[in-house]
Amino acid sequence: MEFLIPGLRHFLVLGSILFALGMYGVLSRRNAIGILLNIELMLNGVNLLFVAFARYLSSEQELAGQMFAIFIITQAAAEAAVGLAIIIAIYRQRRTIQVDQLDLMKG
Amino acid sequence: MVSLALAILVLPLLAFLVIVFVTWDYKFPSAAVAIVAIGIAMVLALLVVFPQVMAGQTDHAEISWLRLLPANAPAGGTEPFLRLGVAVDPLAAIMLVVVTVVSFLVHVYSRSYMIEHGHLDPGYSRFFAYLSLFTFSMLVVVLSNNLLFLFIGWELVGLCSYLLIGFWYDRTARRSVHLLPPWVAAKKAFITTRVGDVGFLIGLIILWNTGGTLQLSQLFEQAEAKTGPLFAASLLGQPVLFWACLCLFAGAVGKSGQFPLHVWLPDAMEGPTPVSALIHAATMVAAGVYLVARTYPLFEAVPQALSVVAVIGGFTAIFAASMGLASNDIKRVLAYSTVSQLGYMMLALGAGSLAAGMFHLFTHAFFKALLFLAAGSVIHAVGTNDITEMGGLRRFMPRTYYTMAIGSLSLAGFPLFAGFWSKDDVLAAAASRAGPILLAFGVITVFLTAFYTFRMFFLTFHGKFRGPVTAAVETVGHHPATIDAETHEAGLHESDGWMTVPLIVLAIPALLVGFWGSPLFNSGFQRFLEGSNYVETQPNLVLAVLGAVLAIAGIGAAWAWYGARAYVTEPLTRFGMAYRVLNRRYYIDEFYMWLIDKGAIGLSYAVAVFDREGLDGLVNGVASAFASGGRALRTAQTGRVQNYGLALFGGMAVIALVLVIVPLVRP
Repeated sequence: MEFLIPGLRHFLVLGSILFALGMYGVLSRRNAIGILLNIELMLNGVNLLFVAFARYLSSEQELAGQMFAIFIITQAAAEAAVGLAIIIAIYRQRRTIQVDQLDLMKG
Repeated sequence: MVSLALAILVLPLLAFLVIVFVTWDYKFPSAAVAIVAIGIAMVLALLVVFPQVMAGQTDHAEISWLRLLPANAPAGGTEPFLRLGVAVDPLAAIMLVVVTVVSFLVHVYSRSYMIEHGHLDPGYSRFFAYLSLFTFSMLVVVLSNNLLFLFIGWELVGLCSYLLIGFWYDRTARRSVHLLPPWVAAKKAFITTRVGDVGFLIGLIILWNTGGTLQLSQLFEQAEAKTGPLFAASLLGQPVLFWACLCLFAGAVGKSGQFPLHVWLPDAMEGPTPVSALIHAATMVAAGVYLVARTYPLFEAVPQALSVVAVIGGFTAIFAASMGLASNDIKRVLAYSTVSQLGYMMLALGAGSLAAGMFHLFTHAFFKALLFLAAGSVIHAVGTNDITEMGGLRRFMPRTYYTMAIGSLSLAGFPLFAGFWSKDDVLAAAASRAGPILLAFGVITVFLTAFYTFRMFFLTFHGKFRGPVTAAVETVGHHPATIDAETHEAGLHESDGWMTVPLIVLAIPALLVGFWGSPLFNSGFQRFLEGSNYVETQPNLVLAVLGAVLAIAGIGAAWAWYGARAYVTEPLTRFGMAYRVLNRRYYIDEFYMWLIDKGAIGLSYAVAVFDREGLDGLVNGVASAFASGGRALRTAQTGRVQNYGLALFGGMAVIALVLVIVPLVRP
């Protein structure tokens, strides 16, 4: 039962699964808020990888990975705020937030 | 002395500016300003500058104008400056006298000529402004010591010629279908001379690039050295200098109306007659001859170029004289004779005699200006240019008659008149070095000249008046039906003093000035012009006698056909086809028109097709390639952000796969 002992590999698998789930959601959801939620999922997957690498690989530069994670969390908060504001603006304009109906840029 | 020369140069320019900015609205003051300015310039030239040059002084001055290094400047050579300057030497002094004297007399004459039936011409001030500008420009050509400065003056006289030929730009063509309206004649003159001027400019560029200077004195030093870059073999094995001289001569051909660019000069007669006298007889058209004379050391260094000058000149002399035979327009007869006489000058220059060419230019300027002014006096009285509608005018215009007789005898080369001596000099030069054919051309031209000059003279002044009644009505004021021949003729009158005094003054040099260069006075003109280079020559008595006999024979033939009997039909029509060909100027104008019509326009059409189909096709093809490519690519632009996301992540996944697979496959 060696593989049940938590190690770097477990965190990597979990982070990749989170990232892949988020990516799937971003590409398949029609609702703009759903897409925004999935982007958060991707970001958190990445965060998990940063922290895990920081913890297991580089004891001297441990802080570097953690700093990245904190920056990404901050950035994600800002992104969520801006994203929601855009979605509200689009909703007021178009009465919908279904992204497959928002194809003004079609060539 | 240079400051005096500059004063002579600047006075007409000042007159031009004063007329344009001050006296434009006042007609007689404009004339007064122009006449006074050129009068002072003439006095300075005649009484101060000319005697000083006669006494052996020459002078020059110059300023640096543009800092510019020639393409291949000679090692250790000139300073990198384009210079402008004036030079006063015998050649320039002679032209200075000719230009100022003729110009002054033409200014005086124009004071009355530009008044028709008591009405001042609406462009009275404009006319005198142009005349002054022309005089200034011509003096630039004369005094310049530098080919570039000369070229500037050269183009300016061309401009003034254009402005003055087209002076009556709102008039339509005179009756005949073969005559052009003035504005067309002006354009024809400008464009035709431009053909030659392009050659001149190319010549300047050649000299600047190989000789490294446009200063005449420096060019002469190089030419006399007989070695150096100017003598390097070039096209067809000829030295560079040969082609440069040929290009300069092209400019002279255009300006002096030599074959094949002679077509503009007869049509230039649509301008006012004083203009014809000043520009198209005495000064500007002689500028071509002057250019060759000015750059004569260059031509002397390449004898092949001189041969070209001689051939073109000799051919033009007889060619233009033959066309003069069949013209019925008093001014055109004189225009053809001008072309022919300029051909004589070129022949003399080409035969190696600078003095003979310039001597003929000198005498010709006076007697031809006289002839034109006298013709203008006739036209002013009769109101037509057509000599078949004149006749018997000697009773009404005695002063015009006698002065024109002197001018005609001089032109015809009647013994002891000015034209006789200079023409004799030209023929002697041709006999010594131009070969038998060109000499024969020159000798035959003597007869033709005497014949057409006196054909014109007898038709104008002898016999009965043949003019239309309407011409007299304007001056007398009677209804055509009520006037008989007597009152009709009574409307004809002598011109006033402003016009006849210049005629009388010009008659004096037309009569006497030839003696200066005659063997009787030890060839003073030639000694003065050539200075230490003068070579003593024996007068050619046989040619002199032959010339005199031919001139008298020509006058006699003209008397037999036109003077001794009434003019009813043209006696020359008995030559049938030949007369028609001459009358239509060998159809050269038609040929040029055809050439331009079929050649230039055909070429333009071909170029247009190439432009439309070739160049435009290329440009449009590029555009349409991008357009269709864009149409194909736009389908990728769905506007759905998730499609872009798919491409983004899909691409990333592909890259990731490659990064994983490639290290596995590589050994």
